Amino acid sequence: MSPLETSQSVRFWRSRDELDATEEFQQFLRAEFPAPADVSIDRISRREMLRLMAASIAFAGFTGCTRGPAETIVPYVRAPEDFVPGRPLFFATAMPLGGFSTGVLVESHLGRPTKVEGNPDHPASLGATDVFAQASILTFYDPDRSSTVLHRGQISSWGTAAQALNDAVIAQRDQQGAGLRILTGRITSPTLADQIRSVLTTFPRARWHQYEAVTHANLHAGMRLAFGADGQARHRVDRADVIVSLESDFLGTGPAHLSATRQFASRRAPDGDQAMNRLYVVESTPSITGSMADHRLRLASRDVARTALALARAVEGHSGEPGNGGPSSHERAFIAAAAADLRQHRGTGLVIAGESQPPVVHALAHVMNASLDNAGSTVEYTGPVEADPSDDMQSLRELVADMQRGSVQLLLILGGNPAFDAPHDLRFGEQLSRVGLAVHQGLYADETAAACEWHIPEPHYLEAWGDTRAFDGTVSIVQPLIAPLYDSRSAHELLSILNGDQQRTGYDAVREYWSRQMAADEFADRWQRALNTGLISDTALPAQSLSAITSVDALAASIPAEPANGLELVFRPDPTIWDGRFANNGWLQELPKPLTKLTWDAAALVSPATAARLGLSNNDVVELTRADASVRAPVWVLPGQADESIAITFGYGHSRGGRIARNLGFNAYALRTSDAPWVADGLTVSKTSDHYQLVSTQHHFSMEGRDLIHFETLEEFRRRAGRQPPTEDAQSLYPPVAFPGHLWGMTIDLNTCIGCGACTVACQAENNIPVVGKEEVARGREMHWIRVDRYFGGDLNDPAFTHQPVPCMHCENAPCELVCPVGATVHSDEGINQMVYNRCVGTRYCSNNCPYKVRRFNFFQYADWTTPSLKGLRNPDVTVRSRGVMEKCTYCIQRINRAKIDAEVAERPLRDGDVVTACQAVCPSRAIVFGDLHDRDSRVATLRSDTRNYALLSELNTRTRTTYLARVRNAGAGVEGGNGVDRVS
Amino acid sequence: MPQIFHRSTNTIARVTILGAVGIVAVVSVLLAIVFRADYMTDVRVIREQPVPFSHKHHVSGVGIDCRYCHTSVETSSFAGIPSTATCMTCHSEIWTGSPMLEPVRASLRTNEPLRWTRVHDLPDFVYFDHSIHLAKGIGCSTCHGRVDQMPIMWRENSLLMEWCLNCHRQPEQYVRPRSAVFQMDWVAPPNQLEAGRELVQTYHIRKLTDCYTCHR
Repeated sequence: MSPLETSQSVRFWRSRDELDATEEFQQFLRAEFPAPADVSIDRISRREMLRLMAASIAFAGFTGCTRGPAETIVPYVRAPEDFVPGRPLFFATAMPLGGFSTGVLVESHLGRPTKVEGNPDHPASLGATDVFAQASILTFYDPDRSSTVLHRGQISSWGTAAQALNDAVIAQRDQQGAGLRILTGRITSPTLADQIRSVLTTFPRARWHQYEAVTHANLHAGMRLAFGADGQARHRVDRADVIVSLESDFLGTGPAHLSATRQFASRRAPDGDQAMNRLYVVESTPSITGSMADHRLRLASRDVARTALALARAVEGHSGEPGNGGPSSHERAFIAAAAADLRQHRGTGLVIAGESQPPVVHALAHVMNASLDNAGSTVEYTGPVEADPSDDMQSLRELVADMQRGSVQLLLILGGNPAFDAPHDLRFGEQLSRVGLAVHQGLYADETAAACEWHIPEPHYLEAWGDTRAFDGTVSIVQPLIAPLYDSRSAHELLSILNGDQQRTGYDAVREYWSRQMAADEFADRWQRALNTGLISDTALPAQSLSAITSVDALAASIPAEPANGLELVFRPDPTIWDGRFANNGWLQELPKPLTKLTWDAAALVSPATAARLGLSNNDVVELTRADASVRAPVWVLPGQADESIAITFGYGHSRGGRIARNLGFNAYALRTSDAPWVADGLTVSKTSDHYQLVSTQHHFSMEGRDLIHFETLEEFRRRAGRQPPTEDAQSLYPPVAFPGHLWGMTIDLNTCIGCGACTVACQAENNIPVVGKEEVARGREMHWIRVDRYFGGDLNDPAFTHQPVPCMHCENAPCELVCPVGATVHSDEGINQMVYNRCVGTRYCSNNCPYKVRRFNFFQYADWTTPSLKGLRNPDVTVRSRGVMEKCTYCIQRINRAKIDAEVAERPLRDGDVVTACQAVCPSRAIVFGDLHDRDSRVATLRSDTRNYALLSELNTRTRTTYLARVRNAGAGVEGGNGVDRVS
Repeated sequence: MPQIFHRSTNTIARVTILGAVGIVAVVSVLLAIVFRADYMTDVRVIREQPVPFSHKHHVSGVGIDCRYCHTSVETSSFAGIPSTATCMTCHSEIWTGSPMLEPVRASLRTNEPLRWTRVHDLPDFVYFDHSIHLAKGIGCSTCHGRVDQMPIMWRENSLLMEWCLNCHRQPEQYVRPRSAVFQMDWVAPPNQLEAGRELVQTYHIRKLTDCYTCHR
């Protein structure tokens, strides 16, 4: 038995059904690949079947008799400089999301953007990207994007819209803009802020409002409460030995999550130069950060404040019971351990409060960080990055009040979809009818567009000029890669009209603003450099020292001592479609949500205990009622969810927008009110007799509960340090195969994989992987070449989480190759398990024989060959597959070949790092490493000889080229509970 | 009991069986011939082009290097088709009034690109790269034939997979010194096999016959 196996004390499972081994689950597994007969509607007789087969075979021969169609080559009239056909160019730009940027390098094939990569020089990217940046390329080519100016829903023209807008602006001039309102999302763009300020100078009585559904109001209020000043905390996760998250999903969401993940992962090596960090997470609904926790306390969201207070008291050295209702012993142990750890690591601890927590929790976190000397070390404070760090909800409330009074004559909505995503108590959509002239600019003709008189298409960030700031203030110029596909106008251009300059383009606005900010003699140079590198150097905000103006005792007063009773309702942005803006993106819809593995839907997440109390099970439809609003939602029982706390994600339930977005899921905004945007009391849940089919991929491609996750504590890891890693069973009847050239291999570190799914979407973009739709996913037919399995470990109610990305293992003894009757899957002499589409006849034997379940079959013509706009999206270096063929991970063979050819043309050996697969490039935690195993110094070879290295199902002697590094949990000494793994029997 | 089948049935059965085998064999051979026929592979089939461009005139007559027009042949997978502006560098000075060149002038005037019909058109699942072939000492004429003698472009070789593999399996028969890759009149020396083997060594040429070399 290998040393790792001896340490396996935890049972890992994927769902409650699997744990209970229910009949439905067994049936699902057996029907992994339903036979076509199950799918077809009418029964075909044997005789007819034979006849059809004979005809098919006969006709199949004729397809070979056709000659290829004549194709044309269309050269340029005047070739642009630097364009080499067949060679992509990369342009640095930045993707704004909720105002904050992620620096990206966008691949362009002859002027056609095809793939987004991270910009290594950009502080918010560091070379990685998230699912949104990866999928943004699909939004750009989305055929449902708004393409024309609409006037009351009818197609109109830009000229008439501009005229109407101009007339309204002129009318406002006389009254100093008393009736003029501008509503934007969160703005960090210096140019946009400057333009708005200039509008407000021209129209002193005009108002600018900001609203973002994922509001940062608590963050700002917390800063003001703690320091009496606006500002922003910047976390240096890499400097922290101990991190306590108070419901902060700092690894999964937020403007800095990519860099936080990179920094977090850099401290997760159990045998690295620096000590492994320890992460404590308190949260109500499982998040990516919670899934990485060494100790996780699941707690209703409204109770986190009390825990924060108890922690702050313990950190200060006070003991004592906070509140009569008092935390459980489990909770107390968690608090005591976290506090002791924080005190032990003065200056290298870090307390982070989540956006969903009230300002007092943020203030407590700031006070704790100050008293522990963490400020200045693991947390830095800067001035605000946002142009106006105001309270979104208050801002929107004021606007709605003005609208209600009828005093808004011209409302300019720049981006966003407030009629959909504003809290329902404000009734924003209805109030729009009281506005004199409402103009909406947006990517889609959505709910807000329908309620406004004018709708103007918004350009995608890949086709318009702009600028934006990263979480640390670094400015990036957003430069377009292509001329706008449609007749769209950017916010800069619309604001120029308000400023009385109809002709000014976005480019002029941005360039002119920056020419004013830089010395004239160096402007041209700096501008060029900014476009080249993707950021303007030295624009990060300097760290300041702030001193707290409050204390734990002062803050304690505002925390209710008694825990509230009844069910609480927790709101979260959807992990894949965010606040609803990506609802029409098929890649993001089909990407399984990191923790639930649900696709194409939202659900009400309930803990197993609460589900049992309420008599609920998966797919039951419940009616959630709060005050005067109610919503019908399907239930999903999620282990790790806090008891008496129901979490719903907003973003679904569009009534307008694109074809995909419409009528999918339920609208959680209908329950969200402006006074309780994140957590609400007074929820009643009533079970209905309805059922709704939720589709989760958590059972798909099951490997039948074999020993797939290697999980150990740091102590166990240290105890066996020095012992040999488990050797692969090399016994075989066949002589070993020599691989004289490269020996490609991949390692995936389970210890740093946060399960975000960026690899899945990156792979989809790189390899032209189609979207199949909810029904097909329900049949287990999703096409993702790399899936991320989520395992629960241990206790049903309070489990540990582990994520495991599974691409093709590229077995040296590949079971799939033996059973292919036509030789469509064969080995290359570099050890890659090749899939030859043109040989494949679709027997699916290979998939049946694959122990890892990584092969994907095109049951139907999934790839869209007809929609014109999608043709531009495809990676020209990868075949677009047709119906009836098997496909799977190729280790990004197009990238390998490119690197090999480049090296050979330059007559140099291939270096480690020359080949970077799409999943590796995107990974924020660098969990995926690819390279040549023959190269002893390569990173992948080093990791493969690590003592944590193990292969999946190595007992089958498949000799996989993809291997995993075991997950190590840095459990605190003397901590009872805090993670389900402790209590496993 | 009388025989159910007549004697001749034996013969009929034999002929039928042999005939069936024979028909299959003949059809297979015919198909193999048809698939390799010039009609199917487009070898020496002349396609209609917007301008009857003569490589013969430009290469052997005027002496223009391949790379003057096919600029990216050494750096990219695609050799590159010259832009209208490239044509006009000369033709704004010479043959300025030629009616044959009117489409070229019209293209520059109207900014509408010329649309050439592809002569060397590989199937869409084949990913060919010009740069590596040149770097390994495979000359233009090895695949494209004596372009300098073609008044109108045609396909010299079938571009069938077996044709590609023929060289990928035995590169020593076709490889030439790198200095001669653009030389149209290069002919294999009598000791090609020997010289080729040496070049295979010096250029580190590997016999790449894995599927993923070309298909992905």
